Amino acid sequence: MAEKFISRGFKGRARETDRALRERIPPGQYETRDFPVLSAGPTPRTPLDRWDFSIYGEIAEDLKWSWEEFLKLPRETFKADIHCVTKWSKLDTVWTGVSLDTLLAGVNLDAQPDVRHLIAYCDGGYTTNLPLADIRNGKAWVVYEYDGRPLAPEHGGPARLLVPHLYFWKSAKWVRGFKLVREDRPGFWETAGYHNYGDPWKEQRYGGD
Amino acid sequence: MAQQLKWQLGTVVEIREETPKAKSLILDLPEWTTHLAGQHVDVRLTAEDGYQAQRSYSIASPPEDKYLMLTVDRIEDGEVSPYLTDGLRAGDQLELRGPIGGYFVWDARNKQYDGSPLFLAAGGSGIAPLMAMLRHRANSGATVPTRLLYSSRSYEEIIYREELDRLSANDSSLRVIHTLTRRRPADWTGYGRRIDMAMLADTAWSPAEKPLAFTCGPTALVEAVADNLLELGYEPGRIRTERFGPTGG
Repeated sequence: MAEKFISRGFKGRARETDRALRERIPPGQYETRDFPVLSAGPTPRTPLDRWDFSIYGEIAEDLKWSWEEFLKLPRETFKADIHCVTKWSKLDTVWTGVSLDTLLAGVNLDAQPDVRHLIAYCDGGYTTNLPLADIRNGKAWVVYEYDGRPLAPEHGGPARLLVPHLYFWKSAKWVRGFKLVREDRPGFWETAGYHNYGDPWKEQRYGGD
Repeated sequence: MAQQLKWQLGTVVEIREETPKAKSLILDLPEWTTHLAGQHVDVRLTAEDGYQAQRSYSIASPPEDKYLMLTVDRIEDGEVSPYLTDGLRAGDQLELRGPIGGYFVWDARNKQYDGSPLFLAAGGSGIAPLMAMLRHRANSGATVPTRLLYSSRSYEEIIYREELDRLSANDSSLRVIHTLTRRRPADWTGYGRRIDMAMLADTAWSPAEKPLAFTCGPTALVEAVADNLLELGYEPGRIRTERFGPTGG
């Protein structure tokens, strides 16, 4: 049924997106040049002298950085395409931050093979869950600059998680720490009807997709 | 695993002109399990060559209604909204799936909110999910004290104006406050500026009453409402936000 339905008189216009670029837009998404803002509550504003970042959970030793220490970690500037579950995609966005490989270097994950999940905790109470396999080996960062400027609070500043290959709700804003755990636990949107994994190329928007 | 939300073809029963730019689509859906006030649906349009576009729209009708109402604001250079407001006719079919979203919702039967007054703040077509809450509240006979602060560009652009007048006239526990940001009738005595701290201090419940706040509209309005409510002493976890970006299409 759904395959054959045609919306009477609908032409669409997004084919104006360049053909090569179009291959970078997952199904059901459209390209935007703006940077829309989405969040479920007010924007938290934690002063930098009270900001820190922790890695803890079912691991031998916790790690913690102050804002100053965090800025001294090796940084990377990179380009990524991002895909929001509300249908917009934004191509070639430029970010600067610290790779999760760097952050997790002090955790001996190989000695704890059954610790396979990460829960991101954020100011404002937001959480999201990710398999460790999805955030290791150059796939995820904690970023603090967008387009060469400090990340604005409404976009998740001072720092947000960035996991470009999954829907953007997994790239948690205002991130303050990771809990590493054996058992997966759905986060904020994952318990409010959204998909537990969120692969945009498989269009995993909602639970059951 | 949750059951997949299936795409289904609804039939347009009626198209109602709400304002010069906004129209409500009244849809008859073959398989609709009930929704919660505040939830949204995904609409999918398909062109003859197979090209598809999807967008999300808040549900404006309450769970008690037979038909589903979506209110669409026409975005001039949008891809989807001009089709919905100007291309669709009664009798046409529209593909959608839902309901979606489990946080920006208000349910009169939820005892968790017992006694919490409601503060709703909307900008433009951001009124849609809040209207579902107000309609649901009226249908269920709830008397939770409620205030709606609604920002529109002009008097003509107030969506659901007559229904809001009627609802508040018949209900002493509901107050509707309008502000008009661009043009005002000569005899207008209400607010005439964007929502700001002073306006919220005048209209929002005191935080001591443990209010629950919902705000929906363009990002700048939602940010202003949420930031100022925080400043007034609202608990962050009791301010729920939904944004209609300029690229809502």
